[in-house]
Amino acid sequence: MMSLYLAQLSWMHRLPAGIKLFCLAVATVLLYPVKEVWIISLAVAITLGIYASLGRSGLAQLTLLKPLFWMMLAIFALQYWTMGLAEAWVLLGRMLVLILLANAISMTTRMDEMNVVFQFLLTPLRWLGVKTQRIAFALSLLIRFVPVLVSFMHALLAAWRARGGQRRYWQIIAPLVVQALRMSDQVAEAVAARGGIPNNIKH
Amino acid sequence: MSDITKDKQIVQIAIFAALLAALGFIPPIPFATGVPISAQSLGVMLAGTILGARNGALSMILFLVVVALGANLLAGGRGGLGVFAGPTAGFLFAFPFAAFTAGLLTRTLSSQFSLTIAAGIGAFVGGIIVMYLFGIAGFKMVTGRTWLESLMIMWVYIPGDAVKVVLAAAVTGAVARALPSSFTNK
Repeated sequence: MMSLYLAQLSWMHRLPAGIKLFCLAVATVLLYPVKEVWIISLAVAITLGIYASLGRSGLAQLTLLKPLFWMMLAIFALQYWTMGLAEAWVLLGRMLVLILLANAISMTTRMDEMNVVFQFLLTPLRWLGVKTQRIAFALSLLIRFVPVLVSFMHALLAAWRARGGQRRYWQIIAPLVVQALRMSDQVAEAVAARGGIPNNIKH
Repeated sequence: MSDITKDKQIVQIAIFAALLAALGFIPPIPFATGVPISAQSLGVMLAGTILGARNGALSMILFLVVVALGANLLAGGRGGLGVFAGPTAGFLFAFPFAAFTAGLLTRTLSSQFSLTIAAGIGAFVGGIIVMYLFGIAGFKMVTGRTWLESLMIMWVYIPGDAVKVVLAAAVTGAVARALPSSFTNK
């Protein structure tokens, strides 16, 4: 749960996050206007090659496309029907390449490395006087509390089923929100008791 | 505004973003149109109606940042940078705007209507109109279809979202009754 990261060491894991993100941005800009079938086919081949180079666990990640399958098929069919096979392939191929390349970065970069890049991208905000440490604090709170809220949700769901609740799961949403808000009051008190959210860069 | 109040808001923003993630883990409910409905987009409406326009939108931005950093917290276990390139990316970019609209309308209308009605209108305009405007615009951009064709592919999701509007209104009312002191968006 929580992260797409593949814990292994490949050539892509060794590349710095900034370079990977820069390459992705360049690839996105370059591929957007492409209409030639052979360029798209080459890009698809290169992308699949990248996944293959990550080993079996890399190729297994291609299943992430499964939830998109029907929508992709509908788009392809509509495009084929109105514009022809070449256009349909260009559209589908470009979409696949951009999704898979972006996903490859998430697979091979730890969240803390990504966070370093993110904090760097916030530099202009810092010039404007935004206290970006507070954003970093909020991010770590969020990551910390996802498992807590998921366990609240499971407890409510189990209680709901134990009472003979059917599939009307939505009955648990109001209590879940109430629990979340109550907990956020308690966490805020704890934060205040520890001197508040750090404001200056040294923290 | 005192520092303690500001800190409290940041905590609330972060925890509501975590709540949005938890809602994505609720098993999807199969719906009449054959498309299962997930509780996550209900969370977007609730962020607005409960936290208010500004904090609701900030909470959604925080959630999207964590997804972009590589967390697979979207409903169905999706996440990472790839989702921002897919045909449904427009819906993701809509989250903050949808929450903002829902929050603003809830607050403005709650002086004339009951909170539940105001939240229902807010959730409808934010969670359906704004959401689909962005969603379809993004779909158009990725796939090059026309507005009408894009809407044709998406319509299956709309009935489920309409159900969520009703739920968002009911939940907002219930939360305001349960926690009158924490409920600031009125």
